[in-house]
Amino acid sequence: MPDKILVGYDGSAGAQKAIDYAVKEAKAHDGSVIIAHVLEWSPYSFLTPTEIEERHKRRTEELQRAETALLEPVVKKLAGSGIKVTTSLKYGHIAETLCKVAKDEGANQIVIGRTGHSEMASRLFGSVAGSLAQASPVPVTIVP
Amino acid sequence: MKKSLKAAALAVPAALATTSPAYSQSIDETVNALFSSATGWFVNFIFSPLPGTSFPWIVMWLVVAATVFTIYFGFIQFRAFKHSIELVRGDYSDPNDAGEVSHFQALATALSGTVGLGNIAGVAVAVGIGGPGATFWMILAGLMGMASKFTECTLGVKYRNEYEDGTVSGGPMYYMTKGFAERGLPAGRFLAVLFAVFCILGALGGGNMFQANQAHAQISNVVGDYPGWITGVIFAGIVFAVIVGGLKSIASVTEKVVPFMGVLYVLTAIVILLINFDKIGWAFGQIFEGAFTGLGVAGGFVGALIQGFKRAAFSNEAGVGSAAIAHSAVRTKEPITEGFVSLLEPFIDTVVICTMTALVIVITGQLVSDPATGQYILNEAGTAIQTVDGNSGVALTSAAFSSTFGWFKYILAIAVILFAFSTMISWSYYGLKAWTYLFGEGKTKELVFKVIFCVFVVIGAAANLGPVIDFSDAAIFAMAVVNIIALYFLMPIVKRELNSYLSRLKSGEIKKFI
Repeated sequence: MPDKILVGYDGSAGAQKAIDYAVKEAKAHDGSVIIAHVLEWSPYSFLTPTEIEERHKRRTEELQRAETALLEPVVKKLAGSGIKVTTSLKYGHIAETLCKVAKDEGANQIVIGRTGHSEMASRLFGSVAGSLAQASPVPVTIVP
Repeated sequence: MKKSLKAAALAVPAALATTSPAYSQSIDETVNALFSSATGWFVNFIFSPLPGTSFPWIVMWLVVAATVFTIYFGFIQFRAFKHSIELVRGDYSDPNDAGEVSHFQALATALSGTVGLGNIAGVAVAVGIGGPGATFWMILAGLMGMASKFTECTLGVKYRNEYEDGTVSGGPMYYMTKGFAERGLPAGRFLAVLFAVFCILGALGGGNMFQANQAHAQISNVVGDYPGWITGVIFAGIVFAVIVGGLKSIASVTEKVVPFMGVLYVLTAIVILLINFDKIGWAFGQIFEGAFTGLGVAGGFVGALIQGFKRAAFSNEAGVGSAAIAHSAVRTKEPITEGFVSLLEPFIDTVVICTMTALVIVITGQLVSDPATGQYILNEAGTAIQTVDGNSGVALTSAAFSSTFGWFKYILAIAVILFAFSTMISWSYYGLKAWTYLFGEGKTKELVFKVIFCVFVVIGAAANLGPVIDFSDAAIFAMAVVNIIALYFLMPIVKRELNSYLSRLKSGEIKKFI
């Protein structure tokens, strides 16, 4: 079965390393890559009336910005790599949403980069890598 | 109104220029006198009794409306209660719409506009004047009010304006204009203008001055007495920074802390009730007995009923039309879902939170009764029940909570300030929507309203409780007069939406996503 690799991408240097790794893997196993970007969002956060009024407009802008500033450049860069690249852009909890995309798209592995948070920060807020390792339906590779 | 505006314009710089306490106190008094003389006639009209009785017609108006909606929609508040909670939980939300405003967020925002001083100070006023029996009528009004809220919020979403840039504007002004036109009824535009005028007054009164006033009362209760205009100027400065300066950080911090404070408030109340669990039966006895006999309060059981209904309406704003403005900004394919979600507001606000306040005041024995007759003793003026320390309003609630937990008055002071602030932010938005409906959208026009709003913060903090609370009530109830007329004419549209939605829910066309 050819590899279908889901990469969590946020534009950081770590995420770039994850893409490089995924592309290498995909090439080696005749696979494809899904580049996913998740916009952090909780339906249980609190908004002011003005924020509620502007939410739809902001959402449209955020999606557009993520598409043009994050996903399009990567796709362009990988155009000559010879592997099939698709993208996915979602709102939600980062780790949960990546798991869901992996399930929906039938990916057989998830690759993410390391953010390099301090131990203290990870203890307080938890890390994406940690939650993914716990919840992912497929193997997770964390690229250092 | 004009007079008091002028007074404020003169008072603010003058007050800032002086440090003499005697002089600033007299400024407080001047603002006060001008304010009550300017608004007295309006207050008198709104609260005039039905001929031959002591029953204000406006209270009757709200109760009749809530009853009509409850019956017309077949006790929707009970039938749809479970479905409302499922909606808020996100069971019916399409995951592909993530990033849009959720039902939970709409509910939380609308609640932070209503949960506030009405629940803390307003209830204390109700129980202080109407006795424990006022609580019974307050709960009843809260339950009935759920149907009014359902009606207005559904219409608010259905008839909002959607602009090309993706923003929306809605509220009673829009359903009055568009809904009336759709049904071929005259005078929609007239009602809308009238509503917008009252909404601006309500935003400046209950949504602003009352909040500033009680926040000041609470702060001086903790740190000692000092002139109200000082609190007013500080509050006005912060409100200005948020609504004019666009300082989002303050607003978003408040929006996050307010729900936490609300939960803390209810939990503390529950702990106090548990500590006094042996008196809970007695307290409910007082509430039921007082509801029908008054237990000697001013005005007897009618006094209890009037206070209960009045404070409930002032606290949960059902039928007032303000929530329709808040909910209409939410994007949803089904307007009726916002109606369902909104019917939880009077429940949380009045049936849960207000009742907690009332029970704590009654159970901690703040109200002085005659041990021989069991009747409450009135104060010297005969206007309210004598309290242990002579407190009223927010100070009464504070005394009740502090009698069990001494530190709670500090928590309450912070809660009151934050509640007051979040309510002001919400009402500045409601007022602004009414303002732009009247005068059109535009940066300068909006700025004018925002500056007026900030000036009224100062007036509210400087005035005595009496004139401010009267005007605040009057302005908010005046909104209800116009809004409810419109709701009567438009309720068949809501019924059509309801029937269509319920049948699609039953057939499985509308289904859960989880």
